Amino acid sequence: MRALPPARSPRWTTLAALVTTGALLTACGSGTDDTGSGKPRSGGTLTFAVGSDAGCVDPQQVGSNDTIYSVRQVVDSLTDQDPRTGKIVPWLARSWDISADTTAFTFHLRSGVTFSDGSPLTAQVVKDNFDAVPKLGVLGTLAEGYLSGVRSTTVVDPLTVKVTFRQPNAQFLQATSTHSLGIESSASVKRSPQQKCSDGVVGSGPFVLKQYVQNQSITLARRKGYAWGSSRWAKKGEAYLDRLVFKVVPEAGVRAGSLRSGQVDAIGSVGRADEAALKGGPVTLQRRANPGIVFGLGFNNARPVLKDARVRRAIRSAVDRKQIADTVFPTGTRPATSVLAHTTPDYTDLGTDLAFDPARAKSLLDTAGWKAGGDGVRTKDGKRLSLTIDWVPNAATNQPALELIQQQLKAVGVQVTLKQLQLPQLTPIQQSGQYDAIWGNITRADPDILRSSFSTKLANFYRVPAGGLDTTLAAQAATTDPAERGRLVERAQRSIVRDAYNVPVVELQTQLGLSTKVHSLAFDASSRIQLHDTWIG
Amino acid sequence: MRGYVIKRLAQAAGVLWAAYTVAFLVLDYLPGDPVTAMAGAGMESGQVDPRQIAALRHEYGFDQPVLTQYTQYLGRAVRGDFGDSVATGRPVTSTLADALPQTLQLTASALLLAVVLGGGLAVAATYTTRRWLRQFLLSLPPLGVSVPTFWVGLLLVESFSFRLRWFPAFGNDGPRALVLPALTLAVPTGAQIAQVLAKSLFTALDQAYVETARAKGAGRWRVHLRHALRNASLPALTVVGLLVGQLIAGSVVVETVFSRDGLGRVTAAAVTAQDIPVVQGVVAFGALIFVTTNLVVDLVYPLLDPRIVVAAGGRASAV
Repeated sequence: MRALPPARSPRWTTLAALVTTGALLTACGSGTDDTGSGKPRSGGTLTFAVGSDAGCVDPQQVGSNDTIYSVRQVVDSLTDQDPRTGKIVPWLARSWDISADTTAFTFHLRSGVTFSDGSPLTAQVVKDNFDAVPKLGVLGTLAEGYLSGVRSTTVVDPLTVKVTFRQPNAQFLQATSTHSLGIESSASVKRSPQQKCSDGVVGSGPFVLKQYVQNQSITLARRKGYAWGSSRWAKKGEAYLDRLVFKVVPEAGVRAGSLRSGQVDAIGSVGRADEAALKGGPVTLQRRANPGIVFGLGFNNARPVLKDARVRRAIRSAVDRKQIADTVFPTGTRPATSVLAHTTPDYTDLGTDLAFDPARAKSLLDTAGWKAGGDGVRTKDGKRLSLTIDWVPNAATNQPALELIQQQLKAVGVQVTLKQLQLPQLTPIQQSGQYDAIWGNITRADPDILRSSFSTKLANFYRVPAGGLDTTLAAQAATTDPAERGRLVERAQRSIVRDAYNVPVVELQTQLGLSTKVHSLAFDASSRIQLHDTWIG
Repeated sequence: MRGYVIKRLAQAAGVLWAAYTVAFLVLDYLPGDPVTAMAGAGMESGQVDPRQIAALRHEYGFDQPVLTQYTQYLGRAVRGDFGDSVATGRPVTSTLADALPQTLQLTASALLLAVVLGGGLAVAATYTTRRWLRQFLLSLPPLGVSVPTFWVGLLLVESFSFRLRWFPAFGNDGPRALVLPALTLAVPTGAQIAQVLAKSLFTALDQAYVETARAKGAGRWRVHLRHALRNASLPALTVVGLLVGQLIAGSVVVETVFSRDGLGRVTAAAVTAQDIPVVQGVVAFGALIFVTTNLVVDLVYPLLDPRIVVAAGGRASAV
């Protein structure tokens, strides 16, 4: 199948994933296409305060939103993704062909593209990048995951490169639109991961890294002569802004006050508590839900108590999602209406299955043999119905959200213990299976994230029983027909929600605060930002 | 005197070693290590291949027995080599050396402010004869000690940066950016100096020599400053020695609130990333500053108060 540039690329939904970390944040609503007052003008500096520094300025290694915002501007990707339709459109690749079994992807590169060190973009450079990414290993988990199962990358001709996988891998096309697979110059690719982290990389993007001061700031300058922007962007040629300065300001209150008092032009990670402080100021809030798997309870489906689908469904019905979204999360946050957020391609609205229905929860538990006991906690054969939820403090909303869930489940006779872990403990616990449920989400703008999370053929951290779901998930990864893939993804969502392998709770919403001087700062498909079209005036 | 100094130096070395060792054990006891921290960085619900983690861990030597790691680290530390940061690959010593000037600026300004404000308050509170004023002044130090530093910082930022716009809210650029952080850090420190100094001033003013001075016709101001304050300042000086440790600890909070570069930020980042070499370096450095300051304070006593002599091989003692 052949995807031609903008106009004719197949409506392929799909796409890449993402992640957020310490600075996870918010969101919903939708990107503001504030083309603003007046005519766009070139020049000026945008000062953007973020909450954290990942300690690394290599887009292929970074997973934290706060750092992606800046390093994303340094590299271009082979493709771009339309945030409204999820469609993949040309960027560095003019067009591409995908084999019928989705194992081979051939990209036809644009000519005349150069990196900021003057070297040209060629098929060999792309090959060098894709050959190096798997070697990043744990340092570039996202990028490496997108290329997992890669057989080879070959140079067909100087501007044509072919990537072949061992199995069907429909998600790869969207993956090429992410910052993680942003293309770096051959010189950068040859450097060690640590050198790339501390010194940055040479890319072909609309901005060039000028200075990185750890834990302090990242400064970028406009790339002169840039002329190969994404087909999605409004402005052709160079970016409007001269400079971008990202300041690391860990205190949320200081970020909000700095924006209000005009010391910075934009801030990331606006939480519910900061909204009041920003109200009335010369500030707009911009929100978009992160695509991917929503915040929810990832069950260990092999636990004796949780093996019973009636118990899992009861918990699903006992959670009042609206109450959680409205009291804990930033304004505009949507309660989950599927295991996928509504901004994910091929999302299906299953809101009725996720309705709050405590009566149903109680009757399900009654039929499952869990009888109401004296102290309010149900018991069965002398065993109490109790459950531990593990969580990591990577978002300020985690604890209050879980405390609400704890109360809501208590109301139907389920006792919940909350156990706080540190991020490094999470993976070993998922591997060992020593947990009941884990609170978390995963940002990714391609529904294939369902396969990574719930297929029993992969890591299967959630101990989902093998069955029809596997077949559905494998089939969506192997189809190039967008309509067919959409149907399969819908079936997978229904299966996961119906069997309650996971209890979706709320969507993660990214919320930015912008000075009213800032125009055309829009979210990309993964709810990160692209600043090429942004101007100040 | 020489014997005393040697003994104090040996004690200082012991404190350094103990701090280093305890820090190592605590870090070792924590779940995870820098490698898993790195691998988890940026993952929402991370899924990482355990074999890759094992390979990386081997590369950094974290798969070796604790005792082996400890002796290796200690052996190099004794020679002044704290190794390289796991997170950035830079030598720990240059990481600390880069951050140090900013923190020195901050803590030195804060200490100066604390001594001036705290000392001034204590003198004013003990000098005034207006009961209500004295009560009011004396109620300030307990307040200063009990409010959390970050809250003081946010309050100052709100008033002087966001509303009045006199000072920047964050950053390291120039003296104006130093004012609010130094003031924030000076509040708890100055409050403690004021508490101790006021108490010992009251005690001193009750002493017979004060009566004598007054009887000889010395003015109130002169009695207060020349006679009483001089005697009362010894306990306050001891407190200053201890406060230096607190200032360094406080810089973690203040540098975070005000987004300043410095040792505090380095420390916070290193702890989050479980960057063991850096944390070890910070601990050793902090302990070094602390024991040095207290050593200096002890050696300065005799200069301030001729009644204190240092017995050979013994402790400073009042005769």
